Order: sequence, then structure tokens, then C-alpha cells
Amino acid sequence: MMPFRFEWLWSDVLVWLLVAGAVGLALYTRARPHLRAPWSRVARSPSGMAAATVLVPFVLIGLLDSLHYRAALPSSDGKVIYATAVRSALDRVLEPLRATREKTYSAPFATHLYAKETVQLPDGREARIYPRLRHGGAHLADPHAERGRDVALKAFRGLTFALMLWLVVVIGVCAMRARHTAADIESVWRGIWQGRSEVPWRAVFCALGMLFVVIGPVIALAPHYHVLGTDKVGQDVLYQALKSIRTGLVIGMLATLVMLPFALVLGVMAGYFKGWIDDLIQYLYTTLSSIPGVLLIAAAVLMMQVYIENNSELFPSTEIRADVRLLALCVILGVTSWTGLCRLLRGEVLKLREMEYIQAAHAFGVSHWRIMMRHLTPNVMHIVMIALVMDFSGLVLAEAVLSYVGVGVDPSMISFGTMINSARLEMAREPMVWWSLAAAFVFMLTLVLAANLFADAVRDAFDPRLIIAGGRP
Amino acid sequence: MSAPLLRVDGLSTLIRGDGAPVRAVDGVSFEIAAGEVYALVGESGCGKSMTALSIMRLLPDAASIAGGAVELEGENLLALPEVRMRDVRGRRVAMIFQEPGLSLNPVMTVGAQIAEAVLCHGDMERAVVDAKVLELLEAVRMPDARRRMAEYPFQMSGGMKQRVMIAIALACDPDLLIADEPTTALDVTVQAQVLELLRELQRSRNMAMLLITHDLGVVAQMAQRVAVMYAGEIIESAAVGAFFSGAAHPYSRKLFESLPDRAGRGRALAAIRGAVPPLNRKFEGCRFVERCDHALPRCAGVVPQWSAVDGRHQVKCHLYEQDRPDIETAVAIDVASPLPAAAPAPGEVLLQVKGLKVHFPIHSGFLRRISGHVMAVDGVSLEIAAGRTLGLVGESGCGKTTVGKGLLRLVEPTSGEVKFGGEDFLALSRAALRGQRRHVQIIFQDPYASLNPRVRIGDALEEGMIALHAGGDPGARQARIDALLAEVGLAADVKTRYPHEFSGGQRQRIDIARALSVEPQLIVCDEPTSALDVSVQAQILNLLKRLQRDKGLAYLFISHNMSVIEYMADEVAVMYLGRVVERGAVDEVLRAPRHPYTQALLSAVPVADPGATRPVIQLAGDLPSPVKPPQGCHFHPRCSAALPRCSSEYPDEHRFSAAHTSRCHLYD
Repeated sequence: MMPFRFEWLWSDVLVWLLVAGAVGLALYTRARPHLRAPWSRVARSPSGMAAATVLVPFVLIGLLDSLHYRAALPSSDGKVIYATAVRSALDRVLEPLRATREKTYSAPFATHLYAKETVQLPDGREARIYPRLRHGGAHLADPHAERGRDVALKAFRGLTFALMLWLVVVIGVCAMRARHTAADIESVWRGIWQGRSEVPWRAVFCALGMLFVVIGPVIALAPHYHVLGTDKVGQDVLYQALKSIRTGLVIGMLATLVMLPFALVLGVMAGYFKGWIDDLIQYLYTTLSSIPGVLLIAAAVLMMQVYIENNSELFPSTEIRADVRLLALCVILGVTSWTGLCRLLRGEVLKLREMEYIQAAHAFGVSHWRIMMRHLTPNVMHIVMIALVMDFSGLVLAEAVLSYVGVGVDPSMISFGTMINSARLEMAREPMVWWSLAAAFVFMLTLVLAANLFADAVRDAFDPRLIIAGGRP
Repeated sequence: MSAPLLRVDGLSTLIRGDGAPVRAVDGVSFEIAAGEVYALVGESGCGKSMTALSIMRLLPDAASIAGGAVELEGENLLALPEVRMRDVRGRRVAMIFQEPGLSLNPVMTVGAQIAEAVLCHGDMERAVVDAKVLELLEAVRMPDARRRMAEYPFQMSGGMKQRVMIAIALACDPDLLIADEPTTALDVTVQAQVLELLRELQRSRNMAMLLITHDLGVVAQMAQRVAVMYAGEIIESAAVGAFFSGAAHPYSRKLFESLPDRAGRGRALAAIRGAVPPLNRKFEGCRFVERCDHALPRCAGVVPQWSAVDGRHQVKCHLYEQDRPDIETAVAIDVASPLPAAAPAPGEVLLQVKGLKVHFPIHSGFLRRISGHVMAVDGVSLEIAAGRTLGLVGESGCGKTTVGKGLLRLVEPTSGEVKFGGEDFLALSRAALRGQRRHVQIIFQDPYASLNPRVRIGDALEEGMIALHAGGDPGARQARIDALLAEVGLAADVKTRYPHEFSGGQRQRIDIARALSVEPQLIVCDEPTSALDVSVQAQILNLLKRLQRDKGLAYLFISHNMSVIEYMADEVAVMYLGRVVERGAVDEVLRAPRHPYTQALLSAVPVADPGATRPVIQLAGDLPSPVKPPQGCHFHPRCSAALPRCSSEYPDEHRFSAAHTSRCHLYD
């Protein structure tokens, strides 16, 4: 008997399918030198590799948060009953953060609440004081005197540990490179730090070092303090920010996944067939792109909401309900955003269809379908690749904006947008609560900046016009 | 002799990239006297354009000058600051490029662009500038110069754009004009006009000229001295007369021998085996040694130095360090291997084209109504016998490629008949046509565009067999692919490789193998060698000839290159503006052309013989638009022998012999 049961939400299934697809594609690419070439150019770009290093923890957190389960409840009669609440593997890891709820707002590293409360003193009198937090700094006997020293000590311990781990990783990579190239470890080490290695390991190590310097102290401090404070209902803001990552990633990846078939099929068809098919597809995307996107999204999301409310028996838990709404948002974002890529692909295919290898295929009587699949699609994949990574950060930002407007994800789902939305009230109160907004801002900025830098590296590597050396394509 | 105008000494230019830097120009030295035309000849990639760009200091970002000196009247250009160098460019050294369409700004009138160059003399009044622009346009013999000043580049033909480029180059009276393949992008008749113009301007202004070209014919007509470049260095330098009467370096000799012509029809062309070595490696000996038939043992180990053949004729070759007779015998052994037996006697008619028309509709207006037609092919009739080659000649835009694609229905013909083995291709449905496709295949011009970069060679060769259900089961298909690759002279292991690993010549071989994969009886060869260097062209032409002999293939050989047609074709059809104006056996048409257009076309071909004195028939104006072809005979506005009725009725066919026919009123 298992102490839990996996609960595959729709978005989980899609995320893992996407991961499987990506792994499959990577294996396929590995065996083909012409497909591998642009990726090895990405691997040689320092900024791209540093950005990828920063992206990896985000992706890992997102994947961890996409493994949902229901815990088995303790029961007396031997029958297994599972809890209605759906938790993710990330929740399990972050249990100390999730479970340590306070009563309401508290500032980062605070030991007392942010608002005064009337409490009854032991001697029976009432007083308005800032009460102690239930969890944040609860281990301190005299918070005012000890807090500074305690935080510094814990942070230093975390930092030391992180730096040691970093050194282990760096030496491990050097040893691996040394074994691979049959050189001694010292020369490999020197080569990397003088920037002579082919893959810019120096940039990777620097980015990794910075990540460790931030993450180490946070891990050391998080079980004892609310590093980023708590929100209105006393939930840890760091936990919220970490949970928001999955929402952003899912939107960014699934929306592009929805968009891709539209853009690819219609774009290639329009460019290849020309004539009335081209006219039809052009009218379609011209019309679609003239409707304000927000309007369309708002309408679709509201309709979905009504549907869920009217058929609540189909969606047994809030998590499932929120997940369906998230998926609906991905679909509608995908449906409204394929036009740009479609236009690009049509233009490229219009150019490619006049190439002589297409005419040679015609001369052999190769079918339209096969020409599109075998000759056209592989030759526009670089555009698709560039569009995918470039659109990702835009979609993450779009989610934030839409949730802020109120037509984004379900209010019960934690996302950057909902965090910002609640900050609207927090900024207006006196004294101001700034940490929710700041946390959302910093996390989102890091994610989007890293994604954008990586996208730039990918575009530079894939765009044939930017490749100077190497002769004709 | 007086001090040279330009002295280049030990010039080296590097191109950085992945791996070792490429030594594109490696220790090049030469001198150009004032008023002299100096030609730099070589195949693509030998560094001749990089030499010119290095002199102008206009190198791309990845390239840099690594050493040497460039002295213009004693002043080292490489040491000048960029500000002073700008004064040199244009005022003292001007340059014209190969592609006139890319050198002009499409949103400025040509007058304004020339005026910009004129203003380098300093500020002038507008009227003075205009007068000077007009004078320049008249100097380059631009027809209707005053009106042309206000026109944009898109309104002009390639030849006129090149005239504008020359006018811009002349605006500041440079001492030296660098012409980088100035006529390569132009048709022969226009090339003849531009070359004549350049020669005249050079003489009248006593301007020195550095002419960069791959065409030995152009060199023979234009230059006084010539240098041959190979793999980044000059290997032979001589006066034009001495060079053409007795080229010394084995490479130069091979270049001459690989030129196709009528005299060589019966035998294979001398091809240079192998390819130019990569320039990013270090050379221990002669760079040509791997491809040379006369290589001595020390050629591989010792770098050859200059040896004098006689006087100023110098060559970098170990053979010339010894006594002359050795070389003569060595060279005398070199006789191109003969091709056995001439083409077989004409068999039955394989393909018959009657009245083929391909009209492209022009849409205009809001509702995209059809407002006219581009009459790309306007009633062409041809016949090809089994095992024979029909050459289709004409200038660009005459519709010859459209004929080739039209009869395969790669473009949909408007009307006509294409009969092959009793079936009319144009009457078949797409599905029914598929069954016939294996009999007729096509080879394309651009070897870089004809192979899908994402498909392995083996898969590309298999595609046709799968689509047409030819070649049997997968095992048999693989065996057939191996056989095909062997037939076109490639190793079997290329199957698993991708096109980017191959050179232009190798790609063209793969292209041929692909066409052969379904065992066609007729192959349409659409300018198969025009993107290749002469030595590689010779390899491909040899291959095509051998395949024809072995398999009894028929070719429809489309080309603008007269000498290739002379070498390859049995019959010739000359096209002008969508119609065939003259056709017949190759000897009849090319030796005794009847149509004035054929005569002009043949006279314009530059011959690799500086002694040849034949009048070039200059054609007036440019090819008219195929949207509105002239009334009557299409050629009459440019014809020097036009009769009054040429402008009203299209001439009938006149038969001069069993095969030779022409459409011209002169023979009525």
C-alpha cells in the first residue's frame, strides 16, 4: 500500500509530455550533426549558458511542482482513504514553509506581526501590542537582542556550505573534462578560468556561484524565519513566489504548444499552396489579429468560469478547477498568438517553395503532403525555435497582466499575477506592505531576463543571417 | 619604364573564423603602370576579390590585412588613417562590382547617386552638378541620358545599372579603376557593350585598370598584362600575348584545355582532378602539386620561387627551373583522353513539343483582376531524338528555363502539346502524369539550392524511387544508390552525409545521380554548369557526355554559354523573347547563322585569343519586356537589317537545309 496516490492533473500530463518530447528531440538531434550544430553554437555563448544555468533551478522547481499526489489519511478500518487536497512534490519539500502560517502580515525576518493587536495579558489587563509570530523567530528567547546575530550566523553557515558545494561542483566538472580530454585537471582548471574552454564554463560557474550565494543562506534561514515576510492570511511569501514559478512556466510552455500547430500547419500551407488557400489563411489571421487580444481572452475565460460553476460536479476539488482554468487560459493565449509566427512561416515558405530541391521533388511526383513534411517543415524549424524561446517570456508577462486584470488564472491558484493583484491593496495601506510585490517582481524579473538572454543566444545561433563564418547555408 | 602607379608587395589577408585563419591572399605582389589594364584571373575562392578589397581597404569585418604594402604613386595606402583613405577611394581609386543591382540604392534616383559622387570635388552649384551628371551619363553612352537621370534603379536593366555604376566610378576621374567581375552578371550581348565601353573609357582617359575576372575571353579582349591566381597567390604573370600563345604553369594550361569548344566535341575535356586545397593550412610545397600531372618529387616539399620563362613572363613552378625541353615533352604527353565514337545516329523522335505557351497572368487593382500576361514562352516547338542533345540558347529572360520547366509541368503551361512516347504530358491529370515522370528528369543550375540541406544524400537519392515506385524493395534501392554514386564518381559512403559537406561540383554530381535514379530517357539540363568554375565545369560536361554514351540518354541542354552548347549539343535552338528564332544542326547554326540575332549573339562571345579580330555586332538597347513584345518580328527594334515589314508581321519559317530553319524576313 502506498502512502499516497498520484493525481495527474491535465496540465501535469501536458508538462511531462512536453518534457518527454524535449528529451526525445534532444536524442534525435544528438545523432544529426546539422541539427546539433546550432545547439553547439548556443553552448559556446557565455551569456546564453549563464542564462541557462539560472533557468535550470526555475525549471526544476516547476517540474517538482508538476508532480501531484493525494496523501493517504490515517484510517482505523484498513480501508485507504485519500485526502481531498491535492499536493505537489514541491509542497512536500516546502512543507516547513507551507505549514508555518502566521495570523496576518509580517515583514521579512520579523519576529512580531506587522499590525497591533489587542491581547489579554496574564494579569488580566488588555493591551495593544505587536504579538510574537507563531513560527518566525520562535526559537529566540529575546528577539530584539538576539535576532541580528542569529540571522547573520545562520546566513553565514548557509553561505559557507553553499560555497563548499559550489567548489565541489566546479572541481567535479573540471575532473570530468580532464578525463574526457585526457589532460591533467590543473590545466583544465586554468583553461576554464582563462576563458579558453570551448563551452564557456567560466560563465556557467559564475552564474552558479551567484545562485548558490543567494540560495544557500535562504535555505539556512527559511525554516526559522519568513525570509520574504508573510501575506494577508499569514502565508509565507517565499512559498508563494516559488509556487508561482510553475504557473508561469506552464503558461509560457503550453500556450506556445497550443500555438505551434496552428502557426506551423497554416503558415506552411499558405506559403506552399498559394492561391485561394493562401488568401483564406491570410484573411483568417488578419481578422484574428485585428480583434483586441485582451477582449477575446476575457470573453473566453469568463465563459470557462461560468461553465465550471454550472458543472461543478465535473471538477471535484479546487485544485482541479484551478488547473482547468489554467489550461483554458493557455489555450486561449495560444489561439490568439499564433498569427505572428504564421506570417513569418508563410513568408519563409514562399521563398523556399521556389528552391530547386522542391522542384526536383515535383519532378519526381512527390506528394504535396510529403513535400511539406520532408522538405519545407525541417527548413523552417529554426524560425519556430527562435519564436518559441522569444515568445516564452512574453507569455509569462502576459499571464501576470491578465491575472492582475482579473481574467487570468483562478484566484485560488498562486501566480505572479495574483501576487501582484493582491499587492494593489497592500500598497495602499499604511504602513505599506511592499514585500509581496517586491518578491513577485524579483522572481519574475530573474525568470524573464534569463529566458530573454537565452532566447537571444538561441536566435544568434539559429538565424542563418547572423552566422558570419561558415559559407553558404 | 617609369615608376608604377600601383605597387602591391607581399600582400597577405587573413579571414578569421572557426579554427585556423584562412589565408585568402598570401603574399601577392604585382605592379600596374599608369594607363595599363592588368587582369587578375582565377577560379572562385582563389583570393582575387579579396586582393581588390584589400587594396581598397574595404574588407569585411572577419578579414584583416596581415602584412605587405600597397603603394599608390609611392604612398603606402595601408598606413593611411581612415580619413585620408576615404579621399583615396573614389578620387584616386574607384571600384565597380559584379552585381550592379546590389550596388545602387533603390530609393534614390540614379542622377542623385551620381551627383553624390560628383560632389566629392567639393561644393558646386546645382546646375553645374546636373551638367556634370549628364556629361557622365553621356560618357557611359546611356541612351536618353537626360530622362534617365530622374529614374530609379528598378526602372533600369542590368546593363544600364552597370553603366550607372561606371559613371559613378568615373565621377572623380580616378587614376585607377578596379573592376571586379564587371560583366559576369550580364548577358553576352550586354557584356559586349559594357566591355567595349570600358575599353574606350580606359583609352580616352588613360586610366589604369585592375580587371578581375574568371573569363579568359574577357582577359584576351581587355588586358595588356595578366596574372593567374591560385589558392591565394599569383602563380604566373605575363603580357597577354605571351600568355595566350604559351601559358607556362600547368594550372594555366589546364584552364585553357578545360574550355569547351566545337573542336573538342569528339573528346573529353581536360579536367583538373580534385579541388583547391583549403587555405587554412600551411603549405610545404607547391599549392597545385596534388592536382598537377607533371609534379616532380620536390614539388611537394619545396615552395617554388619565381622563374622567368622569357622576359617579363614569370611563373612559380619547379618545371621552369630546368631546361625548357623537359617541360615541352612533359606537356606533350598530356593529351586528353578521347571519348570513343561520336554521338549515335539520330534515333526516333523521343519528345515532341508543339506550340508550347506559358503565360503568367499579371494581377492588379483591388480585386486582383488579370490585367495582362507575361508571355514567358510564346509558342515554342521542338523535337528531341533519342540519345541526342538539343541545345537551347538565349539570353536571360528569353524563356528558355521556362520551356524546360513547362514541359515537365513544374510550371503549368497555358497551351500546347508535349508528346512523349505517344502521351501528351499537358493533357494528363496529376496522377496520370506521375506515371510518366520517371521518363523525363531535370538537373538544376544552382547546386547549392538543388539539395535539401536537411536531407541526407542517400535519402535524397531514394526519394524519387519511392515516389515513383521504381527501384524495387529497400534493399534493391540501396544497391542502386551505391551504383548511381559510383557512376557519377562519388564514394558510397556519401550516402549518410549531408549536402553542406560537399563542393559545388560534387553537389552537381549528386544532382545528376538523383535524376538518374529513376532511369529517365530524357534529362532537362537547366544551365547545369553555369554556377561552376571552368575546371569543374569540364568534369561535369565529361560526366554528362559519358552518361549519354553509356545509357543512350537524350538531353535538352539549356545554356547561355555558346561554347558549352557548341561542345555538348547536336542540334541547337536559339530563343528570343519566348520564341525560337533559329534552329538546326549545331554546325549549321553556329558556323553559318542566318538570323541577325544569332549572328549578334555569336559575335558577342569573347574569344580567348587576343589576336582574334572580328567585329562585334552591337545590339541597340535591351531585351524588350515579355509583357508587351514588339509588333511583328520581336527582334526588329534592335535589328540593324530590319525591313519595313518586320514591324508589322511575324516572319514565317524558312528552311535552309533538312534541319536548319529560321524565322526572318531577310530570306523571304
